[in-house]
Amino acid sequence: MIWIDTIIQGILLGGLYALFASGLSLVFGIMRLVNLAHGDLIVMGAYLILVLVSLLGLSPFIAVFIAMPAMFGVGWVLQRYLLNRTLGDDILPPLLVTFGLSIALQNALLEGFSADSQRLPTNALTTASVDVGPITLGVMPLLTFASAVLVIVGLNQLFYRTELGRAFRATSDDATTASLMGIKPANIFATATGIALVIVTIAALYLGLRANFDPNIGPARLIYAFEAVIIGGLGSLWGTLLGGIIIGVAQTLGAAINPEWQILAGHIAFLIVLLVRPRGLFPRAND
Amino acid sequence: MAYSVTTQTPASRIAALLGAILIIVLLVLPFFAGRGTIQDMFFILTMLVLAQFWNLLAGYGGLVSIGQQAFVGMGAYALFGAVILWGLDPVPSILLAGVAALIIAVPTAFFAFRLNGAYFAIGTWVIAEVVRLLVAQWKTLGGGTGTSLPRDATRDMWFVEVIENTLGVRSAAARDILAYWLALTLALATIGGIYWLLRTRRGLALAAVRDNTEAAKSVGVDAGRMKWIVFLTSAFGTGLAGGLIYMQKARISPDAAFSVTDWTAYVIFIVVIGGIGTIEGPIIGVLVFFALQSLLADFGSWYLMTLGVLAIIIMLVAPRGLWGLLSERTGLHLFPIRRRLSGGKLNLSKE
Repeated sequence: MIWIDTIIQGILLGGLYALFASGLSLVFGIMRLVNLAHGDLIVMGAYLILVLVSLLGLSPFIAVFIAMPAMFGVGWVLQRYLLNRTLGDDILPPLLVTFGLSIALQNALLEGFSADSQRLPTNALTTASVDVGPITLGVMPLLTFASAVLVIVGLNQLFYRTELGRAFRATSDDATTASLMGIKPANIFATATGIALVIVTIAALYLGLRANFDPNIGPARLIYAFEAVIIGGLGSLWGTLLGGIIIGVAQTLGAAINPEWQILAGHIAFLIVLLVRPRGLFPRAND
Repeated sequence: MAYSVTTQTPASRIAALLGAILIIVLLVLPFFAGRGTIQDMFFILTMLVLAQFWNLLAGYGGLVSIGQQAFVGMGAYALFGAVILWGLDPVPSILLAGVAALIIAVPTAFFAFRLNGAYFAIGTWVIAEVVRLLVAQWKTLGGGTGTSLPRDATRDMWFVEVIENTLGVRSAAARDILAYWLALTLALATIGGIYWLLRTRRGLALAAVRDNTEAAKSVGVDAGRMKWIVFLTSAFGTGLAGGLIYMQKARISPDAAFSVTDWTAYVIFIVVIGGIGTIEGPIIGVLVFFALQSLLADFGSWYLMTLGVLAIIIMLVAPRGLWGLLSERTGLHLFPIRRRLSGGKLNLSKE
């Protein structure tokens, strides 16, 4: 029974990792940009929510709706004025610029908020649980997982049902031809990163509610997000959710055997998938 | 009339002469410099070695790795293992450090080469994390908290007594001088070796792969093999440097030895600031880095923030770094690798 419980906790944890990963996957899918500062942006989102909560006395669930448009703006400006300038055939500039950004952001947060770990204030809802048969599930993990599913459904709708989504797909396929049709790739890219940071904010909410965070945990979140994307296969959002679940289950199983093996088990699951299916479980993109 | 292919330029001949003088000065430095200077120089030289190997990977091989700390840490732990478990002398154990890094580089490359471009970067990082977590389980070497080199092993290290007697210094200072000379040897061998590699046929193939993989393949370059050669070479060199750095520190922990900031972020900043894809770049970069560190180290996180922002600005404004700016303006190359044709029938146009 305890194993079933562990696996279910792992699946729900996978929802959090899928939230980390969706933004990364979206940005990579549209402009082939790997943002090494992604994890640090999640942590920044968590601090933004924390500031709103402590300054305005809001509930984190309300504060996140103020943080989302702000983070959209950050993403838009970041992409439009910084990252767009690095795009091209050479992979070095985007990697090195986002790596520099990651280090700069991490240390800016360290300077602003110190290295002390923080947590978003919890209330009755965040500690509540429901009994499903013999298994007890936390409301927070369930909410996280449901949010991940909602985000992925929403992104798929956006991609395949809206004009913006069509522009995303067109720009992703061929930016030059898309620009002949009246699309401005620079703005499309900026919008995509803006949306990615909205998802980052949602991820940040659950990160801050479920556990302590400090300025140094960004890179590890980036790594989990990256593993989920690769396991799922580039370009497949449902694959990313599955990737997150695989990492989550591997981590909780590893932790159940020996607490020191939690993180290691997730990485090893990733390496096994990379060994068996180098292009992920549901590969779609060719790159 | 026969033609000849040369890479030398007048500037490079002068540079070689000045370089030879500089090397002599560096070799005799311990005879007149204080212990602080020697320690600073040790830091500069070892960072230079790490930077040259990362530059070989990223600047020439197009392989942007964020996992170099795997090889530093593995090399360092191999040295500690050889000294503590097998009772070997630390100095020859440095070679084992390189070999250990080489051994883990094989599976690392096997996994990471399955990932393209940008994903390769994070892939190497994941593997470095795996190695760190595994080493932290190694209880005989202190597990997660780490361990120190046994005192008698560091005291009786090769050459230490000779240096003590010749220079008339205490044992601790003699160890620093020994580490400095080893670092100088390693740095010179690294620069010389990379310069030699780039001037051979392999180096030409490497540049071709970097500039255009498909075109290089079409003229018969085995691009996959070049990547392996570059990756393994730089793992070996990085491992040697890791072993040497921790021989001098004499104290190790997994978090320090596998630190992404110390062994990869700093190294990337050095290369980017100095100029990626040149041998001169890392040399300039490490000097700028050391100057910045001396100025700003007291400001803690402001220092790293400055480095990050500086790297972003340089990448956007001058992607070839400080050396690139200088050499574009002046056409100066201290380590020329471009082949130039002189003599022969090609000069007929003058007539």
